[in-house]
Amino acid sequence: MQNNTDITSASTDKWDIVIKPKSSLFEFNFKEIWAYKDLMLLFVKRDFTAQYKQTILGPVWHFIQPLFTTIVFLVVFNKIAKIPTEGEPAVFYMCGITIWNYFATCLNATSNTFVTNASIFGKVYFPRLVIPISVVLSNIVKFSIQFLLLLGLMAYYGFTKGHFYFGWTWLLVPILVLMMALLGLGAGIILSSLTTKYRDFVVLISFGVQLLMYATPVIYPLSFFENSKYLPFIQWNPLTPIIEAFRYAVIGEGTFSMQGLIYSATFTTVLLFVGIIMFHKVEKSFMDTV
Amino acid sequence: MSIVIEVENVSKQYRLGQIGTGSLSHDVNRFWHKVRGKEDPYLKIGAENDRTKKGDSDYVWALKDINFTVEQGKVLGIIGRNGAGKSTLLKILSRTTGPTTGTIRGRGRIASLLEVGTGFHPELSGRDNIFLNGAILGMTKQEIRSKFDEIVDFSGVERYIDTPVKRYSSGMYVRLAFAVAAHLEPEILIVDEVLAVGDFEFQKKCLGKMKDVSVKDGRTVLFVSHNMGAVKNLCDKGLLLENGQMKSFGDINTVMQNYFKKGDATEGVFFSDKLEKSEVVAIKSLKLLNQNGIVTETFDIGDDLTVELELESDMDIENPNIAVGIKSQHGFITIANSMFDGTRPPNLKKGLNYVSITFKDIPLLPQQYFLGIGMRSYDCKTFLMTTKDIGFFAINTTMKDLGIFSPMAEEMVRDSVTPFIPYEWDFGNGNKQSFNILSNVRK
Repeated sequence: MQNNTDITSASTDKWDIVIKPKSSLFEFNFKEIWAYKDLMLLFVKRDFTAQYKQTILGPVWHFIQPLFTTIVFLVVFNKIAKIPTEGEPAVFYMCGITIWNYFATCLNATSNTFVTNASIFGKVYFPRLVIPISVVLSNIVKFSIQFLLLLGLMAYYGFTKGHFYFGWTWLLVPILVLMMALLGLGAGIILSSLTTKYRDFVVLISFGVQLLMYATPVIYPLSFFENSKYLPFIQWNPLTPIIEAFRYAVIGEGTFSMQGLIYSATFTTVLLFVGIIMFHKVEKSFMDTV
Repeated sequence: MSIVIEVENVSKQYRLGQIGTGSLSHDVNRFWHKVRGKEDPYLKIGAENDRTKKGDSDYVWALKDINFTVEQGKVLGIIGRNGAGKSTLLKILSRTTGPTTGTIRGRGRIASLLEVGTGFHPELSGRDNIFLNGAILGMTKQEIRSKFDEIVDFSGVERYIDTPVKRYSSGMYVRLAFAVAAHLEPEILIVDEVLAVGDFEFQKKCLGKMKDVSVKDGRTVLFVSHNMGAVKNLCDKGLLLENGQMKSFGDINTVMQNYFKKGDATEGVFFSDKLEKSEVVAIKSLKLLNQNGIVTETFDIGDDLTVELELESDMDIENPNIAVGIKSQHGFITIANSMFDGTRPPNLKKGLNYVSITFKDIPLLPQQYFLGIGMRSYDCKTFLMTTKDIGFFAINTTMKDLGIFSPMAEEMVRDSVTPFIPYEWDFGNGNKQSFNILSNVRK
């Protein structure tokens, strides 16, 4: 596609672009998305620089949000509701919040893909999947900043209480983040495909994500539900094994279940697959229905 | 010449009314047909897209069975009245929406300029926006970097390049946006007429750049416009759409004649329907004559141009106002307007009426021209008739005929604008009224 100036020599039956009403279910052009990697990175840069223009604190806001959430959780769930935690409560909460936030922002932001970008999509063609992928990538930057804060908090308790967890399990972190990213992306593009025509889903997402947090071991450890009749519900949640494993990897608490992670990975793959098919179907017609 | 774009049986169906109520049941019905291996039940219905008539179907064909090919290096002008399907066709070609049926094949990259500055972020600097906008339009970072200096040069906003674009004046914003677009190098460029909105300088730059792109670089351009002067100047081929269907395709001159005329009318004679339902006057025929009384579409500099109008009115109208303007690709050049010159046209009676106007010694440069004609009621509040771009004619005198041999002259006159032209109304029965703004000044 790049140096295609010599188009006269192309054979008559070779076309670079074919526009058809319906594409086959699995026709999906990863190569094309790769060709737009520059655009993807520029979107990441835009998201990041534009968000904090004309703010005084800038990226520091990334610290403030999880910090305050941790404090509130500490007061409400630990001190008032007395829900037990594993390890140092503050570290426990922040660890869960960090990874949960990543999922939630990925899902929220990608689920709006079509609606918020309608003005660009209506004027120019590029593979639409570039947008949700760039959202997931730009949130990795935010996640990394919040992860640093988590490490800072761990170091603080490490100095004051003399216990700092560090081990080979840290190597699991990138894998778990990737799983979270793909899960958020998959769910996000499915929802974004649905919202173009039926805006009902916008309402659903806004409170659905909040409620989902309570069905995920963010404010409580999975062990809290041991021997409880609710345990299967929590275990069916594909986020559960990832969050538990993340805690296990970073602070050495929580349960690491290979079986659970395989379940999550399978779930993610199917979700992503369905999502891509739906997204691909909608991107052709959404300008007429949005 | 190889074919770079091939459009085959392309149709596009839209659903009228609000999406929401009923669309779920339609979706379910559609799915149920699909499961049983039947055809989509809603594809069968769908009326021709004539917005002036009330249809009984919820579905309309915005485009129906469009077939054409474009060769490399050609400029195709897509013309038609509002709602003919031009924009829908552009949207499908630029892949912002899919066709309902049919296939489009293209060679090389297709870039569409349906607007400039798509994706500009107000908070980002000019520099960042050049990269972002360039990438959105399909350039790689490498390409943008290599052309960056050229783009900044072309835009003329070098001093502000690190300032957020929200601080730019609207002119600077558009210049920067256009500069990026102008440095795209796709094999196929799709341009909407909205691009040509802006100041005169900017229009000239846009249109000039388009000509360059096709002539010098051998790129193919698809151009949609209402500006008949620009279309005629720029395009080799034309595609005329009417109510979503192809009415004519081929040489631009033939297509334009089909746009303006009905049946096998002779040169220099035009017709126009009522554009809006509320209008009560239609042009039954419009004739262009020179000082020798010959009906023609070609004039020389200094000829008299007479426009003879045969107007059909639905009712008696007391002292209507009439305006006849000459347009070039840059818009109106001069307008003979009874609201402005104080002449009083007589009453229009129900049925046929005749009005003519002569523009004296037309000092028009060799370009393509059009007429725009309108009528309003005595108090100017009601539109009786509006026509857009009817009656085209050309000035054929070359600069060489005038003894000007500078190689730049032809190019210069293509882009020049002429001033006021004296004229004389003839409202029939010897009721002639002339108007010359210059003689008024000197009195």
